[in-house]
Amino acid sequence: MLAPLAALALQSGLVLRAADLAALRFTVTQAALSAAISCALAVPLARALVRRSFPGRGALMTLLGAPFLLPTIVAVLGIVTVYGRSGWVSTLIGAPFPLYGMTGVLLAHIFFNLPLATRILVQGWHAIPAERLRLAATLGLPASARFRHLELPMLRAQVPGAFLAIFLVCLTSFVVALTLGGGPSATTIELAIYQALRFDFEPGHAAALAGLQAGLAACAVWVAARVTLPEAMGAGLDRAPMALGGSVGDGPVIALGTLFLALPLVAVLVEGLPGVLVLPAQVWPAAGRSLVAALAAAALATGAALPLALAAARGSRWAELVAMLPMVASGLVLGTGWFLLLRPLLRPETVALPATITANALMALPFLMRLLLPEARRLVADYDRLARATGLQGLARLRFLTLPRLARPLGLGAGIAAALSMGDLGTIALFADQDAATLPLVVQRLAGAYRMEAASGAALLLVALSFTLFALFDLGGRHAAK
Amino acid sequence: MKFLTALAFLVTPAFADVPVLNVLTYDSFTADWGPGPAIAKGFEATCACKVNYIAAGDGGAILSRLKMEGEKSEADVVVGLDTSLMEAARATGLFAPVTAQPNTLPVPFADPDFQPFDWGWFAFVHLKTLKNPPHNFKELAASNLKVVIEDPRSSTPGLGLVMWVKAAYGDQAGAIWKDLADNIVTVTPSWDEAYGLFLKGEADMVLSYTTSPAYHLIAEKDDTKTAALFDEGHYLQVEVAGKLKAAKQPALADQFLAYLAGDAAQSVLPTTNWMYPAKTPAAGLPAGFETLIQPTKSLLLSPAEAEAARGPAIEEWQAALAK
Repeated sequence: MLAPLAALALQSGLVLRAADLAALRFTVTQAALSAAISCALAVPLARALVRRSFPGRGALMTLLGAPFLLPTIVAVLGIVTVYGRSGWVSTLIGAPFPLYGMTGVLLAHIFFNLPLATRILVQGWHAIPAERLRLAATLGLPASARFRHLELPMLRAQVPGAFLAIFLVCLTSFVVALTLGGGPSATTIELAIYQALRFDFEPGHAAALAGLQAGLAACAVWVAARVTLPEAMGAGLDRAPMALGGSVGDGPVIALGTLFLALPLVAVLVEGLPGVLVLPAQVWPAAGRSLVAALAAAALATGAALPLALAAARGSRWAELVAMLPMVASGLVLGTGWFLLLRPLLRPETVALPATITANALMALPFLMRLLLPEARRLVADYDRLARATGLQGLARLRFLTLPRLARPLGLGAGIAAALSMGDLGTIALFADQDAATLPLVVQRLAGAYRMEAASGAALLLVALSFTLFALFDLGGRHAAK
Repeated sequence: MKFLTALAFLVTPAFADVPVLNVLTYDSFTADWGPGPAIAKGFEATCACKVNYIAAGDGGAILSRLKMEGEKSEADVVVGLDTSLMEAARATGLFAPVTAQPNTLPVPFADPDFQPFDWGWFAFVHLKTLKNPPHNFKELAASNLKVVIEDPRSSTPGLGLVMWVKAAYGDQAGAIWKDLADNIVTVTPSWDEAYGLFLKGEADMVLSYTTSPAYHLIAEKDDTKTAALFDEGHYLQVEVAGKLKAAKQPALADQFLAYLAGDAAQSVLPTTNWMYPAKTPAAGLPAGFETLIQPTKSLLLSPAEAEAARGPAIEEWQAALAK
């Protein structure tokens, strides 16, 4: 993680400029707003999803993973199809919808991250022991009191983590912020990094900016840790979750949320289908390479996240910080740094895939950590003494206690890691030669050569593969947790 | 095991002692639909060698890779820098002089270190159905037309547009950008996002090349697009190739550059890179190119001027567009 930064800094020393301050301000503002709105919307949506049971609920929960996994440019074009100046919404209201500007940036970031926040919170609600809810029902607590005593403490434990995850994702936004932001006032630190590396070649400036990003992230992690209240719910007996009473508002909330998230996905589908017929042959080997890289990255990330999460759950702040850092190290900085380090030793092309896999696993680590940490904390708090008392340790403990109790977040996390890796463009673009392209690189090459239709088709294939991987891991995890 | 070794020799006898020429270029040059494969095949037929492309993302990525690798670069030849990057590339001291080749560029172009291989005029592309297309930047700024442009900090066409306004208006450039601000729907990181937004109908015009309509006409049989002819003149993008001092195959590198300037390679470029060839081949341009607008005035800052103007011009652009 730090080696690439040092490698860049050694090239020309650290530099920061006045314009970077404006970029810093915009970056923090849009990230904080995106995170706040996403979390605010996720609370009612997650609550409605937990309270209601309806046909297709499982499918909807899996579908909630989709927006987060879309490659950025695919999602941007999907959003433009729906909300653009000549998009569906503009046609409906008969006037151009004012998408470009802060509206567009927030809309896109909420589209990406509302599902992530919702999944984190649904997990939180599921984790409230059924016994507590029964007790509340027996005591005849009104809904407001139940919210205050059972649900609010859960939210205090979960929302800061969700906010933090989204804040960090949006901190490194670049294509979304610029394309939908409407002009250079929507400059983020990540764009400044890109400029420093690609156009000005000032590695020191890039390293300073990357350091700034990492500093911001460290502050955010620290603040989130301060405001997170530990849950004091105690262990339950794993009874079947008890249905919370629903309210009339749940239906419309779910319908609106689904509509908001599904429309751009439908747009991607509609735009991509004609292109599937004109896919060039290069697409298939590239898809194969992407699948291999995704599976390897998922395995690597999961293998690293589990011990880190368990260590952090036992109180190691250090483990938590290490796992969150990669989120703000831009792929470009990591890739360039490693390129500089490895270049004297070997030909970059020979390590294109291993480098991509490692970088993608690193990038996925924070998400896995966010998902695992609350569950791991609960696991340690509720079962550590029991496990010690019964002498459960080593592999047996892993098999009978840790894995079953963490199966749900592990499955979800591995799915996210695999899908993120499928869509990654940052690292591979630096290392790959003509014969080692992955699917996102082929999409970019097609779009860069006027072949927008084929590019949409290849993007649809990419989305379908990512989503299949994600769904398999996620369903596997949920199945194993039962 | 011995069997496998023997098999490996059987499979790859052709490359056993054939010299390899390494060409550092940008991604889209090497794609199946780009000029790379045909040019490599044509050259290999003349040289008893093998061409190996090393691909970087774009012109900027090529330069930053060269700066990172310095003299240790494996590349013998570099293909795909442009006039706005040339001076910075020269300053690395990595490039060797090249033999001058004849060219038919619309402006005089002679450089000791770089050889042009194709070029294009930047232009705003629009649908033929657009009423009253503007004839210059002032008309565009006064109109209600919406345009999508690329960011000069991350894209060569974006930088080309900033240079275009600078070359046409000099000290007035900032004022022109201020007036253009309300016409700009958005600024994208690279060309493909901007062009994609235009094709989706998000804007009336997009910054691209006068040759863009030729792609639609020739490859898609679609003649609905054209480009607006500006009376200030059109800024040029000239793409260049060069030879590295540290080349391990200097003779092959010279041969390749000569081949690149010849008719065989030049006639591949118009319908793969969708740019004008640096020297019009004897057989002329492909059918369809005659339908394109023909600017009578071409603008191009010298590499040294471009390098000096780049930073201030980008700052001027940024200040004028930041709300």
